[in-house]
Amino acid sequence: MRVFVIGAGITGSLITRELSKYDLEVHVIDKAPDIGWGVTKANSAIVHGGYDDPPGSVRAQFAALGNKMYDELSNELDFDFIRTGSYVVAFKEEDVEYLKELKKRGVKNGVSNLEILTSEELKNREPNLNKDIKAALWCPTAGITEPWEVSIAAIENAKDNGAIVHLDEKVLDIIVQNQKVKKILTDKGEYNADIIINAAGLFADEIAKMAGVADFEIFPRKGEYILLDKKLKGLVNAVIFPTPTKKSKGILVVPTVDGGILLGPNAVDLPKDQKNNLETTKEGLNEVYEKSKALVPSIDISYSVKTFAGLRPETKNKDFIIGATKIWGFINVAGIRSPGLTAAPAIAKYITEKVIPEDLGLNLSKKSNFNPFRKRIPHLEETNLEEWEKIVKKDPRFGRTVCFCNNVSEGEIVEAIKRGAKTLDGVKFRTRASFGRCQGGFCSLKILEIISRELSIPLEEIKQNYKNSWIVKGKVRP
Amino acid sequence: MRIEKVDVLIIGGGAAGLAAAIEAKNTGVKTLLLERDRNTGGVLNQCIHNGFGLHVFKEELTGPEFMERLWEELGNLDEIIRNNYTVLKIDHINREVITLSEEGIVVFKPKALIMATGARERPLNALRIPGSRVAGVYTAGVAQKMVNIYNRLPGNRVLIVGSGDIGLIMARRLKIEGMDVLGVVEIMPEPGGLIRNVVQCLEDFNIPLWLSHTVFKIHGKERLEGVTIGKVDENFNPIPGTERYIEVDTLVASVGLIPQNELIENFVEMDPINRGPVIDDLMRTSIEWIFAAGNNVAIHDLVDFVYEEGKIAGRNAAKYVLGEKLPKPKYIFKRGNNVGVLLPQRFTGKEPFKMYLRPKKSLEKSAILFSGKVVRKFNWKIRPSEMIDLVVRNFESLPNEVLVEVNKID
Amino acid sequence: MIKKLTCISCPIGCELSVTLGENGKILKIEGNRCPRGVDYATNEFTDPKRILTISVRVEEGEMELVSTRTDKPIPKKKLNEIIEYIKKLRVNAPVKRGDIIVENILETGSNLVATRTVNKKD
Repeated sequence: MRVFVIGAGITGSLITRELSKYDLEVHVIDKAPDIGWGVTKANSAIVHGGYDDPPGSVRAQFAALGNKMYDELSNELDFDFIRTGSYVVAFKEEDVEYLKELKKRGVKNGVSNLEILTSEELKNREPNLNKDIKAALWCPTAGITEPWEVSIAAIENAKDNGAIVHLDEKVLDIIVQNQKVKKILTDKGEYNADIIINAAGLFADEIAKMAGVADFEIFPRKGEYILLDKKLKGLVNAVIFPTPTKKSKGILVVPTVDGGILLGPNAVDLPKDQKNNLETTKEGLNEVYEKSKALVPSIDISYSVKTFAGLRPETKNKDFIIGATKIWGFINVAGIRSPGLTAAPAIAKYITEKVIPEDLGLNLSKKSNFNPFRKRIPHLEETNLEEWEKIVKKDPRFGRTVCFCNNVSEGEIVEAIKRGAKTLDGVKFRTRASFGRCQGGFCSLKILEIISRELSIPLEEIKQNYKNSWIVKGKVRP
Repeated sequence: MRIEKVDVLIIGGGAAGLAAAIEAKNTGVKTLLLERDRNTGGVLNQCIHNGFGLHVFKEELTGPEFMERLWEELGNLDEIIRNNYTVLKIDHINREVITLSEEGIVVFKPKALIMATGARERPLNALRIPGSRVAGVYTAGVAQKMVNIYNRLPGNRVLIVGSGDIGLIMARRLKIEGMDVLGVVEIMPEPGGLIRNVVQCLEDFNIPLWLSHTVFKIHGKERLEGVTIGKVDENFNPIPGTERYIEVDTLVASVGLIPQNELIENFVEMDPINRGPVIDDLMRTSIEWIFAAGNNVAIHDLVDFVYEEGKIAGRNAAKYVLGEKLPKPKYIFKRGNNVGVLLPQRFTGKEPFKMYLRPKKSLEKSAILFSGKVVRKFNWKIRPSEMIDLVVRNFESLPNEVLVEVNKID
Repeated sequence: MIKKLTCISCPIGCELSVTLGENGKILKIEGNRCPRGVDYATNEFTDPKRILTISVRVEEGEMELVSTRTDKPIPKKKLNEIIEYIKKLRVNAPVKRGDIIVENILETGSNLVATRTVNKKD
């Protein structure tokens, strides 16, 4: 039995890994040159508590469950996950009422340990928050991670368990015969397929249309972010939300796992044809700055390291679309907007344990030799010095620093390339090299050199990320 | 983990660090210099243009020449310099410097430490310019290294953002090497670099300089395709109607240098305007065994000044190690009207020394005043972009707190 | 007529004002803080000259480029011609700082000199 997962974002990656536990031929395919470069790459990176999704919604069903799975998952896949907890803060009396509502909602969704704190209690725990805050809803189970790293880890582990990964390959059509999935056509070839899982993020509606089940549409909703320097570590210790609006959870102040502070996102609905629009705007960045400053007044914008925008796949009823369709073997995992990162592990399990056995009537048998563990690339900043010394003694390249801002060594970069990085972004998202305050000023040329040497390709052919993102043009003196 | 004892340890092998090493070594104390890159020289390696050394060597040199002369002055490089050593942490309580290299973790225990960590370039990303995130946006230093060291061109058509010296130098370099250099935009009403560079880098090569202009938006999908530029008002807000689209595949940004002090800023007294440690005329920081020199103290215009500071730091660090009792600072400089970058911030008053300052605003005719007394007059225009150096002597008449002002005169 | 120009002889950049008489003859030069200002201004109105710094391709070197400069200022009007000439040059490693790469380049009386040492690749 051959299964194709379309999309190597957070949901597609975790589904691929889940499928690789079974006796199946598993393929995952993505049009991007690397893993997790769509919605997964640019979002708030929060594993939500799961209290604020409407009870009864598909979102609520998976978010609370998914949150609980993160400890084991991060242990098996060896990615950073920190349960920082989160606060929803209220400035007005009516907001305080809303916090009580949220708390009730959380209980309905199965989220425990929610607590409403007074401003005094909050002050002790988060001294940099606005002094006008009247109360806050504390959710100890919320956490932070790096979504792209989760995706990369899941795919590496799936590969280790036999999954086949197709990157830089675009699905052009899906052939259906007798109401059953038959084939996938791509820009590189065609493959027979028994099951297709549509985890194509922003483009899930287009993939569904290829299978003839176009009963939903995906709308891009843009969110802009400002990343602040690691020097501000400790500015907030937990994720800070304002009281949510109908539309979104609002603009947040989020600690990142490597010590930076992330501000954002705003929310702007774009027309359907703008699924590649990742432009930041003056208005958007101002909004992010102003509103995050309302939460943490001491935010100093001169510490900004970079800005970026991400798109969330939104559906009409703002809920996930998960399940089998009228075409046998075609399964949708679409509209995975917030809290998609949180829900993804639960969604993946739901596909293998419910949708495939119950809706397709297939009994999957587990592999006896599934290895659930994947080891991360070692990072100096996460390792004690005695350990690191041992690593350097084994391979001196781990003693040669390339990225000074984040202390990333040549050894780590070479390892990232071995694991599939072919571009500057591929290295950056696997090692954090050039992610820091100088934004690659000191290291990007050295990384270029290392990629060129390891993959035996000239500097001119190395890309920042996508096909046309060349970095150097040619020799000054040939 | 190996522990190594050393008299004077220098962090950073640019002009300041090399000068400090020369001076310390010449006193006979055990001197070691740690360089995180493959070789020392720092930015001099890639600054193949001339303009260096007029004060120090009394002739005009290029960066590599200046660098090689320092190597020769230093003599046996292998004994003093450790390349590819990154300092991870300075433990100022235990006086330990923890490093990473191919040897593993080496902990140095110096008697005196000289910080010569230099500056880094502010990346364009940090300016929050709206638009796409595309390939083809480089800092001037990266473009310079690409062209002069890596033998590679960054693209075909380029706009330079910011008229700092490296930006101007790169405008000329890229033009010489065959790129279409469409111009230089500068958000301030005056050039950020030396006027000499405006003349010989832009005017000589017919490259336009647009003052009070900036990039409003970055366009492109994967590689840069163009930028919208336009004029800004006195508060740097875009003036509507002045927008203009320029097709370029490359942006080279020269938008400022930032002193690098991450290793010490949490425990030495810092000057928020210089963005470097507070120092005295002996180049001592607030911690008696830690000295500092060069662009990590404040951004300088000339490598010659950086070199001179390095020498002072090297000399005094060695004296400290040799047990000579160094005088305590007796005077402080207080910033008054129109004073930006200023160093040193305190001084002993034992020997004449050079102070450096930048006015906050340009003035046609001006004077520097020490607590109300004119100490120097300028009958030519002074600008924030051109650092003023001034030898201070005659301490008898000075109060302990010297108010420094740069005032307009008629 | 008074013409303003900035002296580029050194990084100080004195603002010179040059008083020109009839037929362009220089009558007075002011604003210079050292004698080089006078030479510079005089040259600017007769035959402006510049130092050229530029890279030359090295074969078999530990770097692909050696930086060079002209040891005397060269006429501005010949700059482009000289640049194009240098772009075609190739030298073999090792190159030592101070080595003359081209003597009397394009009859300007100026030599093209290496400004760094490039060792042979091992």
